[in-house]
Amino acid sequence: MKIDHSLPLEYSTEENRLKILGFWIFLGAEIMLFATLFASYFTLYDRTGSGPTGAEIFHITPVLFETILLLTSSFTIGLGIHAMRLGRKKAMMGFFIVTLLLGLAFLGVEIFEFVTYVHEGAGIQTSAFTSILLTTLGTHGAHVTLGLFWGLYILIQVKRDGLTPETGNKSFIFSLYWHFLDVVWIFIFSFIYLKGMM
Amino acid sequence: MEFFERFAIPHPSFAIYASMVAAGLTLIAIVAGLTYFKKWGYLWREWITTVDHKRIGIMYLISALMMLFRGGVDAIMMRAQLAVPDNTLLDSQHYNEIFTTHGVVMILFMAMPFIIFFMNFVVPLQIGARDVAFPRLNALSFWLFFMGAMLFNISFMVGGSPDAGWTSYFPLADGESVGSHYYMIAIQIAGIGTLMTGINFITTILKMRAPGMTLMKMPMFTWASLITSVIIVFAFPVLTVALAMGTMDLLFGTQFFTLENGGMAMLWANLFWVWGHPEVYILILPAFGIYSEIISTSARRNLYGYKSMVGSMVLISLLSFVVWAHHFFTMGQGAFANSIFSITTMAIAVPTGVKIFNWLLTLWKGKIEFTTPMLYSILFIPLFTLGGVTGVMLAMSAADYQYHNTMFLVAHFHNVIIPGVVFAMLAGLTFYWPKMFGFMLNEKIGKWTAWLLSIGFLLAFMPMYVTGLDGQARRMYTYSESTGFGPLNMVSFVGAAIMAVGFVLIVYNIYYSVRYASRDISADPWDARTLEWATHTPVPEYNFAITPEVASSEALWDVKKKGHVLFKGDYEKIHMPNNSGVPFIMSCIFFAWGFSLVFSLWIPAIITTIGIFICMTLRSFEKDHGHYISVKEIEDTESEMRGA
Repeated sequence: MKIDHSLPLEYSTEENRLKILGFWIFLGAEIMLFATLFASYFTLYDRTGSGPTGAEIFHITPVLFETILLLTSSFTIGLGIHAMRLGRKKAMMGFFIVTLLLGLAFLGVEIFEFVTYVHEGAGIQTSAFTSILLTTLGTHGAHVTLGLFWGLYILIQVKRDGLTPETGNKSFIFSLYWHFLDVVWIFIFSFIYLKGMM
Repeated sequence: MEFFERFAIPHPSFAIYASMVAAGLTLIAIVAGLTYFKKWGYLWREWITTVDHKRIGIMYLISALMMLFRGGVDAIMMRAQLAVPDNTLLDSQHYNEIFTTHGVVMILFMAMPFIIFFMNFVVPLQIGARDVAFPRLNALSFWLFFMGAMLFNISFMVGGSPDAGWTSYFPLADGESVGSHYYMIAIQIAGIGTLMTGINFITTILKMRAPGMTLMKMPMFTWASLITSVIIVFAFPVLTVALAMGTMDLLFGTQFFTLENGGMAMLWANLFWVWGHPEVYILILPAFGIYSEIISTSARRNLYGYKSMVGSMVLISLLSFVVWAHHFFTMGQGAFANSIFSITTMAIAVPTGVKIFNWLLTLWKGKIEFTTPMLYSILFIPLFTLGGVTGVMLAMSAADYQYHNTMFLVAHFHNVIIPGVVFAMLAGLTFYWPKMFGFMLNEKIGKWTAWLLSIGFLLAFMPMYVTGLDGQARRMYTYSESTGFGPLNMVSFVGAAIMAVGFVLIVYNIYYSVRYASRDISADPWDARTLEWATHTPVPEYNFAITPEVASSEALWDVKKKGHVLFKGDYEKIHMPNNSGVPFIMSCIFFAWGFSLVFSLWIPAIITTIGIFICMTLRSFEKDHGHYISVKEIEDTESEMRGA
């Protein structure tokens, strides 16, 4: 495996460069996936049947918590990648651990939020609106959950192998994924919650 | 007892029992044969775990041919049922299931793998690469597609097939039987595989081209594959979401497409066609690419209007996303929306026309050689144009009220898909056969096949235009004699039978050529123009011993006419990926997962979900840097191939 030391660690081999481009294209597909969910949401959001409307069930407090947690985690993973490029393994791992803990906390608040919805009579089967609401939020939440496992595996590998072109590449791709989830959340926050509470 | 009733056949008939016996015997024969000839190890090492794009391509080909016959039998049964008025060969439910599976199998499990076979086999060779960008992902793509196809195919024996048409409109797809569950889940599994193929090929084509091959020097088939991959990446996630929502409606009682509590059946129709219409171009663009290669090779001229060919494909890909609502002109969306979608739909005829003229101008003044692939390509031009013209007729939203849901529509889309896609696949199969297997298919039988298919096609589908305009509805399982549809439907049946003979002839051709064809052929039997013909036949594992350097889109032609040197420099060790069993095992678990969901077996569903995660975890921790082929090995292989 030829390593080009003039490039950052995550770009330093041919295979790494292929993987990063491939992942960007995958994110293109993910944008289409979430775009479809949003389009369906906008189609169905006032089709509440006998169930509650968005304004009736949305609460600002948990959503603000979720937003702050996820946005902060996007910042800390950025610091983690910066530390990785400087070759500081310990700092990098520290930032990744903080990121994953913030992600875990986000997920905790989201689960609490879902339980509240179900208690308020907004289960996934209630109406077309609650179906698409919980599916859109749930798809994002499932991505975060998957990301937690993924990040954990990468941490174990960085601890085991140190910062190599391979682990560096994996960490960088994971950070792209995590930032992407953050971007999706900003759309969820603006177009589902803020718009729904107006 | 109630538990087992779910797996029963809903409408037992002789045909279904016979096919169950046939499927069982085939399975036993395969297992016994593999054991007797001690081929299990070979099968596992050389094929099931392979990550070689050429072998994965060939596995796609085998699957596609198998599915062609499955879908073909469905077609013959439908034409037989409609051949005479008041026929009782099939009951209405059975007929519904057959036209549904015919559509799904032919589009998703026959045509899709067929084009992906060409992409897999041809693209890396055509751009001078050693493999695709992500060889293991490629294997996973194949096995997911295969398991999805198999899951769909067992539906008529276990539990019952989907019966709501290949579009599976809600609320028709109500999930009272497991048929619609099969539809949602099997297509989902196969669709994930296809999406990853798209990602893989965009990366491959953008990053792994041979030195000198700029984007505007790529061969036309590679261009078509690139654009197709882009459409795949943008269209398939829509299907993923639609199918997931449909699955949740059927299994978990959500309200997306229901008729109460705000559910909106029309949302399914929109999402389905936002994917479904680009899907049509996912099929046709690679077919156009294949025709371009064959026509320029057999006419001994470079392709006329290269830039306009590329431009028209890009334009088609963009337009393909803005025409979906023409599938429901008559469902009350209003005159304004109808007009917009009418115009965008007709606009697609323009870039398509550009391509037709480019092929004609390539033929003009060409020294045409009438090989079998060329015969298909030349038959394609008038037959496909006919289908294109009726397409423009259908695109007129006002006139569509006459055509809607009649056999006219059925005639139109078969008229574009058969000469457009199927002929291209058969032409390409004949064209690339020597590269794959080292011998040519018999030309004489090949030409008979092409003519039989064309004549059979005309007899089968032209009458449908007439009966359609006369009001014969599609999906109607029988009709009374007083309608007068009888004689023309009999002509259709005869045409379908002639086509069936044509397809059987393909099998005979393969058998005949395996036995009698000469093995003493060159690596470039068609005197072709592009890179895939510049390497040995059969193609060595590493494709090219030395990475070629190219100067135009017709690199091999340059070698022949301008003395261009493709291979400069010495052998160097070559890095290759290792085989892996994970894609196959993971896909098997996906199959079990899908089956569990179809029958709502929740405990196996949870176990298999965990199994899938375990596979992903193992893959994450695996350290596998592939292996190197040494210079010595390359020299040995190369001298052996040159000697042979």
